Amino acid sequence: MAFEGLAQRLQGTLQKITGKGKISEADVKEMMREVRFALIEADVNLKVVKEFVKTVSERAVGQDVMKSLTPGQQVVKIVKDELTNLMGGEQNPIQFSRKPPTVIMMVGLQGAGKTTTTGKLATVLRKRHNKKPLLVAADIYRPAAIQQLETLGKQLTIPVFSLGTDISPVEIARQALKEAEEHHHDVVIIDTAGRLHVDEDLMQELKDIRELSKPDEVFLVVDAMTGQDAVNVAKSFDEAIGITGVVLTKLDGDTRGGAALSIRSVTEKPIKFVGMGEKMDALEPFHPERMASRILGMGDVMSLIEKAQANVDEEKAKELEQKFRTQSFTLEDFLDQLQQVRKMGPLDELLKMMPGFNKIKGIENAQVDEGQMGRVEAVIYSMTKEERATPEIINANRRKRIAKGSGTSIQEVNRLLKQFEEMKKMVKQMTNMQQKGKKKMKMPGLDSFFK
Amino acid sequence: MSFFKKLKEKITGTNESVTEKFKDGLSKTRNSFTSKVNDLVARFREVDEEFFEELEELLLQADVGVETVMELIDELKFEVKRKNIKDTAGIQSVISEKLVDIYNAGEEQMNELDIQDGRLNVILMVGVNGVGKTTTIGKLAARFKAEGKSVMLAAGDTFRAGAIDQLVVWGERVGVEVIRQSEGSDPAAVMYDAIRAAKSRNVDVLICDTAGRLQNKVNLMNELEKVHRVIGREIEGAPHEVLLALDATTGQNALVQAHTFKEATDVTGIVLTKLDGTAKGGIVLAIRSKLNIPVKFVGLGEGMDDLQPFDPEKYVYGLFAEGLEREEEE
Repeated sequence: MAFEGLAQRLQGTLQKITGKGKISEADVKEMMREVRFALIEADVNLKVVKEFVKTVSERAVGQDVMKSLTPGQQVVKIVKDELTNLMGGEQNPIQFSRKPPTVIMMVGLQGAGKTTTTGKLATVLRKRHNKKPLLVAADIYRPAAIQQLETLGKQLTIPVFSLGTDISPVEIARQALKEAEEHHHDVVIIDTAGRLHVDEDLMQELKDIRELSKPDEVFLVVDAMTGQDAVNVAKSFDEAIGITGVVLTKLDGDTRGGAALSIRSVTEKPIKFVGMGEKMDALEPFHPERMASRILGMGDVMSLIEKAQANVDEEKAKELEQKFRTQSFTLEDFLDQLQQVRKMGPLDELLKMMPGFNKIKGIENAQVDEGQMGRVEAVIYSMTKEERATPEIINANRRKRIAKGSGTSIQEVNRLLKQFEEMKKMVKQMTNMQQKGKKKMKMPGLDSFFK
Repeated sequence: MSFFKKLKEKITGTNESVTEKFKDGLSKTRNSFTSKVNDLVARFREVDEEFFEELEELLLQADVGVETVMELIDELKFEVKRKNIKDTAGIQSVISEKLVDIYNAGEEQMNELDIQDGRLNVILMVGVNGVGKTTTIGKLAARFKAEGKSVMLAAGDTFRAGAIDQLVVWGERVGVEVIRQSEGSDPAAVMYDAIRAAKSRNVDVLICDTAGRLQNKVNLMNELEKVHRVIGREIEGAPHEVLLALDATTGQNALVQAHTFKEATDVTGIVLTKLDGTAKGGIVLAIRSKLNIPVKFVGLGEGMDDLQPFDPEKYVYGLFAEGLEREEEE
């Protein structure tokens, strides 16, 4: 999980202060030292860390904390607020040109993930914005960079404009724009070669492409794992060609991603998207406030809900809800549910978005075994319709048959039946809670369910 | 300055152009880092708390990492006390000495690749996405070829679009054969094929590419373990080298990468790529002192011969050359 260490460290520090009646200047100082190291270890730029610590300390020892009834919680709030501020306040959508085509330029260091992001961005633009993008292969330097984009284009059935490696990138861009006009593409994404920000010749080439194509967006693609140097890179690219936004890639790794915090605060350019996986639709809008919650271990509920909405069949969900309420939830529904959840993506990533989940001991090492889910499916498939509807009738003989049919063991069949019982209990509790109108959703027994 | 003289003797004894390359490649690193050390020394006449605080920040900004920096500062303080150094004039050489010390503190140095005549040597290249695995393989192949060895490449990145083509282009450039299957095929099967081909053609060195993967993707790490296992099953003791490519611009996550990849594939060395940018490369120290994996090569530029064997003394010399020379003149 991104930012894992930061969340844990801050949690540890803040727990000492939460619930304290009074907060002394020494308390704040001690906490800030921990915050400082946590942020540095998270690769936040040292200068940004210093500024952050200063602001938080000032507010923490200042008026608003002393007046408050629960100063500890107040400090937590300040830290979260400042963290959100640091990452850029509100979410920042993509700017489309009023007169198409909208031109987007992708720039960055080698290996940041420009080409992959170009493919993902095109997918997103087509899927969510109904656009008809044209991809432009302007990396004539790296071996097979053009083939890479062409292969992606083929996979996604999105056209790619290329002129081989003998034509200058500026000329490629010129002809690509003409092509876009002729074929009515409303978005043109130019994939440029990776380059060092200190390489003057290649930076000049970017300036030339920019001059010619007058892009509406210039996205700097930055690896989320970048260390202290992230601000130098972002600053240099910004000063040389004027970036309009940042795409943070590889955030599905376990890096703490401090680069996200620093780049924005140093360049004042928004982070527009984050790359979250190997699949071509794994590009998500950046939500500073959600990320701040995630950093502080408050979970990323919004992302989870959005993910569910995009993948879960609404009709089925309503039907299921009805079944929950009437307690007529069967193994058949369970199977259905399982398949819907799997559509949402890898389970361990989903789990990490749940509030409080990272507080469960050892969860960071707990791997959700997708193979196990496959076996569960097999077990249910090996039951008769009657058995799925009324699992109570499954006796020893039936268990034996099911185990044999699904290629599992009787123990596994037993475990599934027990889990199903527990789940039913949990669902009952949950629906009771909802009927009582409690807003706060608690999920009792969830940890044992997934372990 | 005895340390400086020792270094200089060592360096003049070796290839001048290599040292130059190190200095060139590291010039950005050196400019920012060394000039800051010089500033520091110039600004502070006395070695006091404040001086150490500034030095600490300097090292943190070089991505050395909190823990390693704290250790280094503690040792420096001890050294300063022991040698009774009062002013900053003599401190620079102590700093570089300590940096080399930290690097050498682990086991015996194993900077050389384990390549032996009369057998098929297998090198497995691993790392996260976009660190420069394929490019490094191309450079390595050119290096071995120049040494008169016969080389073969295995296109084990069957996942990323265009990755196979990228390696094939390198193969053509260097003039070595590339064993490949279609995109999406099982990488372990590619390795199996490549080893059989390499055996039958009496190749000296087989270098195996793999797809970039983030170390927290368990399935992908399992796949890599399988690749490692398949190679070991075909040739006893292989792969003889497992090289982890690390991007020098990477921050503290590089440690996690090194740790996880070591667990999965028993990494024998690190190739630190893209050291010609402005990234300070301080992570080298942390990796060496915490994980005991030696850095074997550094990537210092785009050219085919810009892959150089890592030498900690030259590396530190590159970082501190200006400062040391000034000290000696005085």
